[in-house]
Amino acid sequence: MQDRMTHLQRLEAEAIHIMREVVAEAENPVMLYSIGKDSSVMLHIAMKAFYPAKPPFPIMHIDTMWKFSEMVEFRDKMAEDLGLDLIVHINPEGKEMGMNPFIHGSSTHTDVMKTQGLKQALDKYEFDVAFGGARRDEEKSRAKERIFSFRNENHNWDPKRQRPELWNVYNSRKNQGESIRVFPLSNWTELDIWQYIHLENIPIVPLYLAKPRPVVERDGVLILVDDDRLPLNEGEEPMMKTVRFRTLGCYPLTGAVESYADTLPEVIQEMLLTTTSERQGRVIDFDSTASMEKKKQEGYF
Amino acid sequence: MAHVSDLISEDIESYLAAHEQKELLRFITCGSVDDGKSTLIGRMLYESHMLFDDHLAALEADSKKVGTQEGEIDFALLVDGLAAEREQGITIDVAYRFFSTDKRKYIVADTPGHEEYTRNMATGASTADVAIILVDASQGVLTQTRRHSFIVSMVGVKRIILAVNKLDLVDYSEDVFNQIKADYHNFADEALTLEEITAIPISALKGDNIVGPSENTPWYDGQSIMQYLETVEVAADSQSRPFRMPVQWVNRPNREFRGFTGLIGSGCISKGDRIRVLPSGTESNVARIVTYDGDLELAGAGRSVTITLTDEIDISRGDIIASAESPCSSADQFQARILWMDDEAMAPGRQYLFKSNSQTTSMTLGSLKHKIDVNTLEELPAKSLDMNEIGVCNISLSSRVAFDSYDDDPVMGGFVIVNRMTNNTVGMGLIDYALRRADNIHWQSMDVTKQSRAEQKSQRPRLIWFTGLSGSGKSSIANILEKKLQSMGRHTITLDGDNIRHGLNRDLGFTKPDRVENIRRVAETSKLMVEAGLICISSFISPFANEREMARNLMQENEFVEVFVDTPLEVCEQRDVKGLYAKARAGGLPNFTGISSPYEAPVNPEVRIDTTSMTAEEAAEAIIDYLSRS
Repeated sequence: MQDRMTHLQRLEAEAIHIMREVVAEAENPVMLYSIGKDSSVMLHIAMKAFYPAKPPFPIMHIDTMWKFSEMVEFRDKMAEDLGLDLIVHINPEGKEMGMNPFIHGSSTHTDVMKTQGLKQALDKYEFDVAFGGARRDEEKSRAKERIFSFRNENHNWDPKRQRPELWNVYNSRKNQGESIRVFPLSNWTELDIWQYIHLENIPIVPLYLAKPRPVVERDGVLILVDDDRLPLNEGEEPMMKTVRFRTLGCYPLTGAVESYADTLPEVIQEMLLTTTSERQGRVIDFDSTASMEKKKQEGYF
Repeated sequence: MAHVSDLISEDIESYLAAHEQKELLRFITCGSVDDGKSTLIGRMLYESHMLFDDHLAALEADSKKVGTQEGEIDFALLVDGLAAEREQGITIDVAYRFFSTDKRKYIVADTPGHEEYTRNMATGASTADVAIILVDASQGVLTQTRRHSFIVSMVGVKRIILAVNKLDLVDYSEDVFNQIKADYHNFADEALTLEEITAIPISALKGDNIVGPSENTPWYDGQSIMQYLETVEVAADSQSRPFRMPVQWVNRPNREFRGFTGLIGSGCISKGDRIRVLPSGTESNVARIVTYDGDLELAGAGRSVTITLTDEIDISRGDIIASAESPCSSADQFQARILWMDDEAMAPGRQYLFKSNSQTTSMTLGSLKHKIDVNTLEELPAKSLDMNEIGVCNISLSSRVAFDSYDDDPVMGGFVIVNRMTNNTVGMGLIDYALRRADNIHWQSMDVTKQSRAEQKSQRPRLIWFTGLSGSGKSSIANILEKKLQSMGRHTITLDGDNIRHGLNRDLGFTKPDRVENIRRVAETSKLMVEAGLICISSFISPFANEREMARNLMQENEFVEVFVDTPLEVCEQRDVKGLYAKARAGGLPNFTGISSPYEAPVNPEVRIDTTSMTAEEAAEAIIDYLSRS
């Protein structure tokens, strides 16, 4: 008698196990929901993990005021369709100063709206454990991060002080002021995510699929004219191009790729045949080598 | 190989259908930097076309800048992660890599090989199905080869690939390969419990026998590394064991539904199967195997499910649902192998937390039977374990847990050790077998109780525990306190260094393990005094929060009164009644609290005495005041 499992089934079972461990041991967990494809997978698995009950925690989006408008629509619809408790947090200080990546620069914008915003929200609601959709294949420093990853009271990560993580026995005991980030999709790759979305018919933001959209080209990056806040440089004219996005974030900081892949299999096909890695569409990673590691030490998710 | 198959461009739907059926294999690579481990992994990633153009471009740039291959691509750079490590040129932590082929997806645990990283290797091996042990063909089987093999086999890896690397440096010599293979078997066949050893001659740098057969080794007709990984059968291992599922969380969305959720650890379960719940021993039948995607008829190890039963029985997190035909047993005392993982050495006698798939409970580590030299596999006498050391000891838990021995079922026999104060994971343990002791010592039920003894004396028994630096004034205050209590007609006893160290504990010194044991015995003795109905005054430096907590846990609620005699170190040193500080400063007293050994001050003592603003007389009054109020 044998029950053969595919690699996706094993990854799903592992993620479910991790989520249930958190719910059994945490005081006040939350699931961070970035609206991207990894978050969509994470949310889908959460629906499975607690079935027939609903996930016993809220989902939280750290809004930066500069997300693609289609993302925000999608977020609200998902929360309503699934009947989940959605928290949206915007850093009030950033909002007040009219944070604008075009004026303040991408790194200040990301720091204030995303990094500080996240810390604020976690402190405000006193969440002790936050699920995140990060994967170890995304970037070198993530490859060594534990599934249960501890943050000190300033939400900083210390890569040198990580606890050993043995088998699937997770030590979730924390010291005063510490909180935990838990990454149920640690062992998934980008291809696993897409295959799973395809197999399970998981809804994703339409921006992932190609369609004619108004864009401008800046320093070789195609930026979507998502609303009238995008300042046009002299002589710059939005042009219609058939594009899609490989990752989603703040629209001024996320480059589109020219593509005709308007179905999921075509997107996967394109991903397999093209040979630039996913995070290249993100402007923040260009800053400096090991920049993600630095950001994480400072409290970026 | 891998993704770049024509199917992707011609028929993506069929490609997806095929790839969604892939299996998963996890393996670990062991070897030192010089053995070419990173080069091997980098080579596998490269050959499976898992490198994107931007990664490759970065790799080429890095190879020119810091590479060791004279401008050629240095695959090792691909796998060196954190910035600090890249600068030092070593791999200090476990990193996980991913690649896939048409048949399988692989998760590689990449761990450093030096002796001081034994714990990292054990961490990586704890989830691995297969281990690749790298040997440098020009060096042969070394001490480290034996060490790596022992560690991975100890944590349960049953299949080893012996990758004899750098064969290009010995002219692809068959004799060299055969000699190394024979040497390895000589060692491993006896010392390790393995199912299978597969020796493969390779050159990671040149790509020989990594993917397909190499022309350079015409004398070798076995599999290449990838051919082996593609075909090795491991799924059956866990599903052929008896059924075990640790209950994670009870799902009760409404009155009608009560499901027990968990990841099946071993075996398979079908609807209607008879099960037994451990440690309670209750039995029932499986009513449904519930998942979001519909009920299952059969579910095997590796699946996360929700089980409902035909009877309403009480089950909670930590219980094990096991096959009724071949259930596991439960016990509270075991012999275990321990791998220590913390800077702070293991302290026999101290209370730690035991955390396994089935339970989290208090645990006391017994004295060490022996430690194992990971290089020679010799058993050596030892009192304690330092980081990365392995030893054998008995453990005793505060409650019974369901278990199997680690060799029978790693899911049921493995546990982690957590320090109660720092909350760090300080070690891993593997259960060898249960000790029968718990069943043999039956508590004699007594007619005369603590209660009746105390009533006879018309008092409430208490343990008043003084802690503070040497010379802080503990004994003076304790002395006055006892006199005052006696004059009030109370029955008392004082335990202190003088009457304990010279008698009961005269076999103990001042090393950390001895200090822990000292306090353990004092706490147990104090407990007996309290049982006798006495007010027991115990006055010891007791520098470690852990042991004070242990003493507190031995008592009933409100029986334990911690008195922190809070005198600053400078003041104690100035007084230096016994001249000990001077001696310690001169280096004549090792492990002296405050000077060469830490004092962990209590955070919430029942009474805090500030001797800089209070006389000993006033301090004793303050304690009596506390006793009468509480």
